Amino acid sequence: MPLSKDRQALILFLILLIGILSFWELGVNLKLFSPLMPSASQTLKDFWGWISDPFFDDGPNDKGIGWHVLVSLRRVSIGFLIGSAIAIPLGILIGLSDVLSKAVDPYIQILKPVSPLAWLPIGLGLLKDSERTALFVIAIASVWPTLINTKLGVSSVDPVYRDIARSLGASKWRTIWKVILPAAAPNIVAGLRISIGIAWLVIVAAEILVGGTGIGYFIWNEWNNLKITSIITAIVVVGLVGLLLDRMFGLLQTWVSFGQKT
Amino acid sequence: MQPSNYISSPRTLTHLSLEKISKVYPGRQEWFDHLSRRSSSDFVAIADINLDIAFNTFVSIIGPSGCGKSTLLNLIAGLSQPTSGSILLNGEPVRGPGPDRGIVFQSYALMPWMTVTENIRFAVETVYPKLSLTEQKRIVHEYINLVGLRGSESKHPHELSGGMKQRVGIARALAINPQILLMDEPLGALDALTRGFLQDEIIRIWEQQRKTVVLITHSIEEALLLSDKIAIMTRGPAARIAEVLDVSFPRPRQRESLVQYPGYTELKAKLERHLYQETRVVEESSIRTRIHG
Ligand SMILES: Nc1ncnc2c1ncn2[C@@H]1O[C@H](COP(=O)(O)OP(=O)(O)OP(=O)(O)O)[C@@H](O)[C@H]1O
Ligand SMILES: [Mg+2]
Repeated sequence: MPLSKDRQALILFLILLIGILSFWELGVNLKLFSPLMPSASQTLKDFWGWISDPFFDDGPNDKGIGWHVLVSLRRVSIGFLIGSAIAIPLGILIGLSDVLSKAVDPYIQILKPVSPLAWLPIGLGLLKDSERTALFVIAIASVWPTLINTKLGVSSVDPVYRDIARSLGASKWRTIWKVILPAAAPNIVAGLRISIGIAWLVIVAAEILVGGTGIGYFIWNEWNNLKITSIITAIVVVGLVGLLLDRMFGLLQTWVSFGQKT
Repeated sequence: MQPSNYISSPRTLTHLSLEKISKVYPGRQEWFDHLSRRSSSDFVAIADINLDIAFNTFVSIIGPSGCGKSTLLNLIAGLSQPTSGSILLNGEPVRGPGPDRGIVFQSYALMPWMTVTENIRFAVETVYPKLSLTEQKRIVHEYINLVGLRGSESKHPHELSGGMKQRVGIARALAINPQILLMDEPLGALDALTRGFLQDEIIRIWEQQRKTVVLITHSIEEALLLSDKIAIMTRGPAARIAEVLDVSFPRPRQRESLVQYPGYTELKAKLERHLYQETRVVEESSIRTRIHG
């Protein structure tokens, strides 16, 4: 009997994993790579060490990886909330007015491709505080995709819905709240999903630069200790948390798209 | 001068009156349109339309495809403004959309994130915000029953068939108790059987709640079955109303026996002749522009 596609993929995935790990282990034993490179077995052992006890606390420079992830998640959440609180109302405003949309578009187009890290020195200069600067950078990182998607969602609401609201004599607020927002919700959440992804991407670099706490700082600190296995652990953890965040917003997306064709 | 088509001559009985209505869709005439070769001239969709509709009459507007029927209905709805002429509702000029006119759309236009009940509730709540909650619920319930949607109250539009969706559309339009019901090809997207079934439902509902109705349709049989008057439009551009026919078959009507009424066959033949002629000209000219243009 032929295996199902899912089975085939799973088997291939396992073969690849074993292949990579064996090549890695063998390569280190044969001294093919830089002497810094830890062996796969050592990495797995250390990985398990970090993962099995994520919340130990032995002073400021020796904390479990779970604490760092939590600190980073807190920063990302606050920055993301600030960014979204700016992007969604602004996006609605722009989406409702053609003139405003055309007027603001050049600013968005120019600022969107800039790495949020470029704002870091300005943040430091303005806020004079590394914690707030991290939030500032995350907020800026999460503004653009949400802003652009909200604008798109609002301006592409089926005009017939607006006609209905108009013919019923619905107030502007009621129309926005009851008609335009739910109709644009799938697009808005799609924007939020991209934003949280970028925010999580940027937090590592921001924390490396700003220092103190967080998973980015953890990576930098372990690099200074030349503990490569810890860095590899952090990379995998960052990836898993990012995946989780993306899935959460994916669920939210299905939920708000209920019954609407997307 | 075009002859005006007065449906009821005494002004006092006139509910809705269109006086010399024209609608011109402006072309793209700005300098950058010319530069980008995307300029176009103004398009006169309908020109000089006169129509008076008496209280509680069921009027159908029928015309070749693309002649400007939706344009006309949107003007009555107040969703767009006529380029010239005026629309009077109870003698007052129409300035914009309002809940005194209920609209049924061909595309149903139900909010997909709301259930059947919520869609109708939204309309009632918007138009009568001061009504008590129980009263609002009673109205919604009443109209769900009227259109035969009991049992589907908490379904979402994507779970409903086309016919059921349009029942919600009709209930939503009626639940705000409008003076006039405007319907733009409400059954156009349905299959023949469902269509016939809903026509019967419209007859039944209208017998219960006689209102002024303006129905746009492509179907001659539908117009004959439902209407008191049928306004025939000419082809566009600058479409006019060619003639208004009286349909005086007794009510309540039954589709099976309609054919037997004297005059049915003649009326139908007349409508067919007119529509066929207009459609032929439209199609022939579009073929010609495709070959030579
Ligand atoms: N917003 C618009 N701008 C420019 N031209 C328009 C616009 N809306 C409609 N038209 C044109 O006006 C004419 C009449 O359109 P309308 O939709 O009113 O016709 P209709 O009789 O309802 O057609 P159908 O039978 O397809 O429903 C068409 O030629 C159409 O191309
Ligand atoms: Mg139309």
